[in-house]
Amino acid sequence: MRKIYYILCLPALLLFSFSLGAQTLLPKPDPPRLVNDYAGVLQASQIQSLENKLVAFNDSTSNQIAVVIVNDLQGYDRSEFAYKVAKDWGIGQSDFNNGILVLVKTKTDESTGQIFIATGYGLEGAIPDLTCAEIIDREMLPRFQVGDYYGGLDAGTNVLMSLASGEYSYDNYGRSASSGKIPAIIIIIFIIVFILIASSGNSNNKHIKNSGTSNLPLWLLLSMMGGGKSHGGSFGGFSGGGGGGGFGGFGGGGFGGGGAGGSW
Amino acid sequence: MKKGIITVIVIAVIVLLIISWGVGIYNKIVPMNEKVGTEWSNVETQYQRRADLIPNFVNTVKGAAAFEQETLTRVIEARAKATQVTVDPSNITPAQLQQFQAAQNEVSSALSRLMVVVEQYPELKATQNYRDLQVALEGTENRISVARNNFNDAARTYNTFIKKFPQNMIAAMTKFTQRPYFEAAKGTEVAPKVEF
Repeated sequence: MRKIYYILCLPALLLFSFSLGAQTLLPKPDPPRLVNDYAGVLQASQIQSLENKLVAFNDSTSNQIAVVIVNDLQGYDRSEFAYKVAKDWGIGQSDFNNGILVLVKTKTDESTGQIFIATGYGLEGAIPDLTCAEIIDREMLPRFQVGDYYGGLDAGTNVLMSLASGEYSYDNYGRSASSGKIPAIIIIIFIIVFILIASSGNSNNKHIKNSGTSNLPLWLLLSMMGGGKSHGGSFGGFSGGGGGGGFGGFGGGGFGGGGAGGSW
Repeated sequence: MKKGIITVIVIAVIVLLIISWGVGIYNKIVPMNEKVGTEWSNVETQYQRRADLIPNFVNTVKGAAAFEQETLTRVIEARAKATQVTVDPSNITPAQLQQFQAAQNEVSSALSRLMVVVEQYPELKATQNYRDLQVALEGTENRISVARNNFNDAARTYNTFIKKFPQNMIAAMTKFTQRPYFEAAKGTEVAPKVEF
């Protein structure tokens, strides 16, 4: 009897513990943004120019560089905080794990400023930990020390971008993205073949060798092909236009602990 | 006579259905268990990476100053002890994990003591070689903690699955047991961890 009671209680307990475990440090930005200033140290125009630069970089190379600025690490270590956020948000493409998270904890009167660059699995080769440390020392810390957050982030992300683009080119990404279109083509071919078979079967059954009816399926087929083409064209145009306007969202990339940090 | 045959067929079909249902659950447990093993090997790889860095680190420190010999030997000894602890990835028992974790924690604490001592030698700290090694060591510690978290997540998914009814019956029949978790070292735990 006790055992049954225990079994009945178990799902409730599991559910309870999961709801506790599912809490996240920082909620995923909605709508998705690459530059997230929770500390309010950047001006709106600075955020916009960083965002535009990083979104353009994401569109052309598929590498996602996210910037997060907070004024409290909620008791976590800077690296731990960075990896938790990077994992929760899924920065980078899931096929390439090519995300980067630049985490900045602002300097306050009571606490030191912290910076951490976390690199995704796929970029550990292009941007080794030592290079991250060098970028922090050379580009970011000198500017952060005089309160120039935008300058440090701008210079740092510029170096990260030039390094990251060496590893994954647009070609590489484009090839894998086009693989999604193959089933659609197969389905269209299948439909065409099906119509051809059906129409030939029809004329055989009825023993009518009228040129008018045999032309009809061909005309239908041509119009279908034309319709399919124009539809594809308009869709491509739409996605191209959408890409320029804003960031499409995080791709679910993985992080394995690459990167380096610094403090001031 | 005919009624008997029908009964036999009905029973056979029911038995077949139950078996295929059990096999289905079993086939779900296997990849989860496999994932725990994979994540475990990642953990070991990252600890091995740290063990490989230590001789380099010790040599750099040794060459730079008339160094506290005791601190260095403690690091070397802890490393030697930790590399001897082996865990069977397909069957990780709580005792094995505890032993592994104790040995690795010993290395961590010896290393952090070494870092504290190095603070007294600014000229050593300023060398490029030392700073490079420090970054490498920090990166390794980060990878270790990510690998440990991933292992815990995989173990939690697996444990939760085989603990639930009716999977627990299949797991018990096929001898799948609960996997242990890594626990945060005492004093370093900052975030509230959920245990169940």
